[in-house]
Amino acid sequence: MKKLFLFISLSLIILAVNAQVDQDPNTNSKTIPSIEIKSLDGSVFYTDSIQNDGYPIIIDFWATWCKPCIKELIVLDENYTDWQDETNVKIYIVSIDDSRSMSRVAPFVSGRGWEFEVLLDPNQDFKRAMGVADVPHTFIVDGNGNIVLEHTAYTEGDEDEYYELLLELTEDLD
Amino acid sequence: MKQLVFLLVLSFIFMSKIYAQNGGTVRGNFQTTMQTYKSDSLIGATDAPEFVLLNSYANILYTNANFTAGMRYEGYFNTLQGYDTKNDGFGFPYRFLQYSADNFDITVGNFYEQLGNGLVFRTYEDKNIGYDNAMDGIRVKFNPHQGIYFTGIVGTQRYAFSKTDIGYSQVQNQGLIRAFDIEFSPNDAIDSLNDAKTRISFGYSFVSKYQKEQSQFITVNDTTYSLLMPQNVTAMSGRMNLSTGAFAFSGEFAYKFNDPSAENNYIYKPGTATFVNISFAKSGLGILLSAKRIDNFGFRSNRTATLSDLNINYIPDISRNHVYAFSAFYPYANQNTGEMGISSEITFKLKKNSFFGGKYGTDIRLNYSRMQDINKQQIDPNIEINQKGTDGYISDFFAIGKDIFYQDANIQINKKISKGFKFTVIYQNLIFNYGILRGEPEMQTVYANVGILDMTIKLKTKHYLRIEAEALFSEQDMGNWAMLSAEYTVSPHWFFSATDQYNYKNPNNQEAHYYNAAFGYKINATRLQFSYGRQRAGVVCIGGVCRAVPATNGFMFSLTSCF
Repeated sequence: MKKLFLFISLSLIILAVNAQVDQDPNTNSKTIPSIEIKSLDGSVFYTDSIQNDGYPIIIDFWATWCKPCIKELIVLDENYTDWQDETNVKIYIVSIDDSRSMSRVAPFVSGRGWEFEVLLDPNQDFKRAMGVADVPHTFIVDGNGNIVLEHTAYTEGDEDEYYELLLELTEDLD
Repeated sequence: MKQLVFLLVLSFIFMSKIYAQNGGTVRGNFQTTMQTYKSDSLIGATDAPEFVLLNSYANILYTNANFTAGMRYEGYFNTLQGYDTKNDGFGFPYRFLQYSADNFDITVGNFYEQLGNGLVFRTYEDKNIGYDNAMDGIRVKFNPHQGIYFTGIVGTQRYAFSKTDIGYSQVQNQGLIRAFDIEFSPNDAIDSLNDAKTRISFGYSFVSKYQKEQSQFITVNDTTYSLLMPQNVTAMSGRMNLSTGAFAFSGEFAYKFNDPSAENNYIYKPGTATFVNISFAKSGLGILLSAKRIDNFGFRSNRTATLSDLNINYIPDISRNHVYAFSAFYPYANQNTGEMGISSEITFKLKKNSFFGGKYGTDIRLNYSRMQDINKQQIDPNIEINQKGTDGYISDFFAIGKDIFYQDANIQINKKISKGFKFTVIYQNLIFNYGILRGEPEMQTVYANVGILDMTIKLKTKHYLRIEAEALFSEQDMGNWAMLSAEYTVSPHWFFSATDQYNYKNPNNQEAHYYNAAFGYKINATRLQFSYGRQRAGVVCIGGVCRAVPATNGFMFSLTSCF
């Protein structure tokens, strides 16, 4: 029974992976699913309303207790004004802080003067739906809502890769 | 059999995906960590008879329009040291089907859910700490009108791997959980309040667990009595969130009827939990005040469960969750049987181009938290506090108990000096009641001072050097510690690091160096890392990801890939 179960499951995984490969390589059809999370004021927010009028979006999963996340957000904050001027990018930061530290998020963000769109995912429903394993984890979404870059962990200088991609995505716009 | 049916349904979905025009999306991730173990008595590391241990996980999630199906494979060959060994083996402990329409959502199989702050119900998983109390059952969410949300839950909880086809370990006389939650947000429900500056919402949760009677005995004056165990135990909570402009308030109060359990020594006292946050947030200034009081509020689906098994609820810790090696050396541990405390935090930014702010501004974060015991009085001069089979004790809600559990005062400054140089400094003063918080009564309370300097230097485009120097001074426990770490990163793919933590003035004369070297490679959503050396028990963060690890000596490899 157990062996059969394992066999079927493995075939499913292979099937699933193949199915992914079957997709047209030129159009990555991965988009943002609709998951019910919270906005900073506590009201319900559906993640399919993440949008930016045809311009690119950065979605960054983070937590107040995650050192590399904070490093990344400080760097994004430093660059945000410049990037907005050049590419109209909008940055959403999704905190996976649970009820232990969720109330910390608003003072934490404001105290640093960050101007990102802040979302709360206290039970990690959105994180699971996006297949994220650890934070920080960053997605870049193009103007049509397709995910064009996934990036896990953060080390200094990674933002250059984001910036180059944002420029590429907005080349033909305006 | 159930699993087979489930798989057939899954295969049908996957098939339909391939032939359907709009194929839906597959997402998931794969993680594995492998470690070799060498015995090292100086640091308390032990070897493993298997030589190599390995934990691995694979999540697959398939979504097509309103339909989602998912499963997780977990394999422990065998379980890494520091994780619960009852998981040894492999299987698919997590699988679910979910249908979401405009105003309702049905999930069958496994799910994670949190009601309010989790005081009466929260199931979640965190692989880094080996925690998973997933539900196996049915969840229905219903949203009849904007601003009104109902959630209904029924099922049992995960306990390691399921051994039978009837769900998670029902065979072990584990409880059944029934829960109901309603949330009402007038601002969303009533059109004229949609854009009001003041936002308010209310919630109410009701959780009932059922577990068959099990005998518990007490002996009084040489006569043995059998204790009557309540088969149904109810917990409920009310909560409120209020925000207006820069101010926000959130509060939750929970009550639990008598619930004798191994954790509370089978006392019949009802439990309460109170959790309050007040915050102020405007650009450049954030203030948070938190308070909590927990009185006999452990809540598990099996009354004999202990440690981190089968928790139905979640008690939030209000102390700061530190991230540096030495500031996180002595972390607070929740005391479900009784604790009360406060925490406050102020975050502010000194403006750019000001005298103190410098060219880039300066971020400052001040934090203070203190946790104490609750006041416990005898219910009768002849009955000891917390005596088995009694109502336990009397506790005045506002009276503070005499034992200090924990106190943490710290300041953190983040400063960028130039394009090529920035640093973080932290000072921390700590009181840690080792005896209570680690359950080792013979240990002395630890008084510690911690200093940290973290510098990032840009060498040239995409090449960075990070130097971390930390020191911890204490006369108790293991004495003093010093640490030096250098990390060299070549963005976006490579990092290399070398660290030494040195334990000196050790009261037991066991001075030791903890050397560790690591390198890693990442590309897009895939990351792999190799390291070799000694790891002190605690939380380790290198090259961008944090993980809790036990004291070990050996070689480690980890791979994470998301797709």
